[in-house]
Amino acid sequence: MKQVLEGSHAVAEAVRLAKVQVISAYPITPQTHIVERLSDYCADGTIKARFLRVESEHSALAVMIGAASTGMRTFTATSSQGLALMHELLHWSSGARLPIVMAEVNRALAPGWNIWADQTDSLSQRDTGWIQLYCETGQEVLDTTLLAFRLAEAVNLPVMVVLDAFFLSHTYEPVDIPSQAQVDEFLPPIIPRIQLDPANPCALNQLSPPNIYMEMRYQIHLVMQAALSELEKFEGDFERIFGRRYGAVEPFLCQDAEIILVTSGTITSTSRQFVLDQRAQGEKIGVLKVKLFRPFPVEAVRGYLKNARKVGVIDRNFSFGAGGIFAQEVRAALYGLARRPPVFGFIAGLGGRDVTLESLGEILTRLKTLKRPDPESIWIGLQEVQLAGPKS
Amino acid sequence: MVSGHVGCAGCGAAIAMRFFLQALGNQAIMVMPACCWSIIAGSYPMSSLRIPLIHTAFETGGAVASGVRAALDMKGDTQTTVVTWAGDGGTFDIGFQALSGAVERNEDFIYVCYDNEAYMNTGVQRSSSTPYGAWTTTTPGREWKRMRKKNIVEALVAHRIPYAATASIAYPQDLMAKVAKAKAIKGSRFLHIFASCPTGWRIPSELSVKIARMAVQTNIFPLYEVENGVKYTINLSPKGYLVREYFKLQGRFKHLSDQDLSEIQNMVNEDWNLLLRKAGLPQVQGEHM
Repeated sequence: MKQVLEGSHAVAEAVRLAKVQVISAYPITPQTHIVERLSDYCADGTIKARFLRVESEHSALAVMIGAASTGMRTFTATSSQGLALMHELLHWSSGARLPIVMAEVNRALAPGWNIWADQTDSLSQRDTGWIQLYCETGQEVLDTTLLAFRLAEAVNLPVMVVLDAFFLSHTYEPVDIPSQAQVDEFLPPIIPRIQLDPANPCALNQLSPPNIYMEMRYQIHLVMQAALSELEKFEGDFERIFGRRYGAVEPFLCQDAEIILVTSGTITSTSRQFVLDQRAQGEKIGVLKVKLFRPFPVEAVRGYLKNARKVGVIDRNFSFGAGGIFAQEVRAALYGLARRPPVFGFIAGLGGRDVTLESLGEILTRLKTLKRPDPESIWIGLQEVQLAGPKS
Repeated sequence: MVSGHVGCAGCGAAIAMRFFLQALGNQAIMVMPACCWSIIAGSYPMSSLRIPLIHTAFETGGAVASGVRAALDMKGDTQTTVVTWAGDGGTFDIGFQALSGAVERNEDFIYVCYDNEAYMNTGVQRSSSTPYGAWTTTTPGREWKRMRKKNIVEALVAHRIPYAATASIAYPQDLMAKVAKAKAIKGSRFLHIFASCPTGWRIPSELSVKIARMAVQTNIFPLYEVENGVKYTINLSPKGYLVREYFKLQGRFKHLSDQDLSEIQNMVNEDWNLLLRKAGLPQVQGEHM
C-alpha cells in the first residue's frame, strides 16, 4: 500500500513490521520523529515491545546490549552528538556480536551548533565494527531497515541504517508499505546465537587475554566480510517478495561513462538529474552510488570505476588532515588495480548546505579541466575564508 | 559461587558475593560493569559464578540491567531476578547517571554496590566514595583526600525507590536478610555493601572482617534501611568505637594528626545524628555517642 511518508516514518513503519521487541532511545533533532512515532505505536499496542525512554544515548545503546544479549530483536535511533556519545558502546555491540539495528540520521557535529545534514558523525564511527548502509529515498529507508534486521541476525553484527537529516528524515515521499505477511516471509523471528539464561549459565564479554583476543577480532573480520555476500543473498529474497533491489553500490549510466561521480545519500538524487541533463548535451557521465560503506564493497567499486577516465567523489563529510572519507575509501579500493582512473575528491554540502545542480556543474568543470588529482580535496561553493593559521 | 576466584587474600568483595548469592539463589542474571569483580570472576573460558553473567562497560550498570529486564519481561519471565553488581567507582562516579536513570524509571532489579572506597582494580585511585582523610595513589602525601565521602544511599533514597539498605561483610545475617527482603520487593532496590580491601587500605588480610565490623561500630558505616524513600530503620545501634581506633589499624590513614582525627570524629557524630533524626530517634551527645 502506497502512502506519502516522511523518511523518519518510513523507519518507524519498518520497525513495526519487523516486530521489534525492545526499543530504547534518547531524543535528538532530527531523529525525534522516528521515536515519537514508535512511542505512539508502543502506547496503542500496534507494536508489542518494551520501549525504554532512557536518560542518554549512551544508556539507550547499553539497554540494547542488555536486551540483545538476552535474545531480543532490538532497535534504537540517534544522530550526531548522540552517536558520538555512543562511541564506546558501538565497539562493545560489535565486539559482543549483537545484531542491534540503529537508524542514524546524518547531522553535523558541533561546535557551532548545527542540526543539518553532514555525514561526518557516522563516518567517524567507521572502525567500530558496525555495518553501515546509506539511503537515498524514503522507500530505500524502509526497505533497508527490514534488510538490516535480516543481515544483522545472520552475521551477528550490528547494522546502522543511515539517512540524511531533513533532506530524507523530514521529506515526504510516496512509499510502498509492504504487508505484514510479506515481511513475515522475509524476516522470520530472531533465533539468538547465544543468550543469558539461568538454565544455562555462562559468562559473556569476560577478560580475554592476549592468547585469545586476536582470534576473536579475526572472527569479527570474517563475518564482516561475509556480510557482503549475505546482503546480496538477502537482496535476492527481498526482490522476490517485494520486487525491489538496491545493491551494495548502484550504478546510474556508468557503462560507457568517461566521468563517473561517486555519491552517497540524497546527493545521489540530484546527481541523477544532473547526469541526465549532461547526457542530453552529449557528456559521457554517470553516477555510482555507494550504499554499503562497511564492509566496503571493494570489488563492486573497482568493477564500475576501472574503465572511467576520471572519477569525482563527492563527500558531505571531512576528516581533518586527510580529506573526504568516501574519497579515501575509493582510492584505497582502486589502488590494487594495474590500470586505474585518477580520483578527485570534492567536499560539498557540509552542515546542511545545499548541493545543487550548479554545485555539480562546478564539479564537472573542475573534473574536465584538471589533469591530475591533487591530494588536497576541492571544496565546492566555499566563501572567502581568512586563514586562521598557527601564530609564528 | 565456586572456589577458584582470583581475588586478593582477604578480599571483602569476594565475601560479599558469597553471602549475596547464598541469600539470592541461582535464578538470577548478573550484570557487571567494570570493577574488581570483572577480574575476580575469572578470565575466558572460566567463571567462578554459577549464574549467567554479562560483563559490561564501566558506566552502564543501570542501563544494561534495564535491557536484560525488558527482555525477560518480553519473555514473560517473572521468576528471574536481574542484579547489577558494581564497585564504588561504577556506582558513585562514572555509573551514577545510568543508575539514576534506571531507578527513576523504577526498573525491576537489584543494584548492589560493593564499596571498597577507591578504584582498587586500577591500583587504589580516589573515588567519590573515598572517605575524608584517606591516602590513595592519586591523593598522596599532603594531598590526602579532604572531601567527604558521597552519601550514595541518601542519593538513592531521594529517588524514592522501594528499598535501599546498607550492609556489611562483617554482619552476614543482616546482609542475607536484606538480600532476601530485597528479592521479594518489586521495582528498584539498592544494596550498599561495605567490602574492605586489604590491598588498598594497607591492612593485613586477616583484619578484613574486623575492620568492616569496626566501620559499623564507629558509626562510620551504619547499618540501616529505607523503604519507599521515607521509612528509615536503623538495624544496629553500636556500643561504639572511636574513629581513631578504626583509623590507626589502616595504613591509608596513618598520616592524620590528632586534630584531623578529632575533626573526623565530629563529622561522623554529625552524620550519625542526622541519621537518627531521619529515623525519628533522639539525638546523642559525647565522643562515643
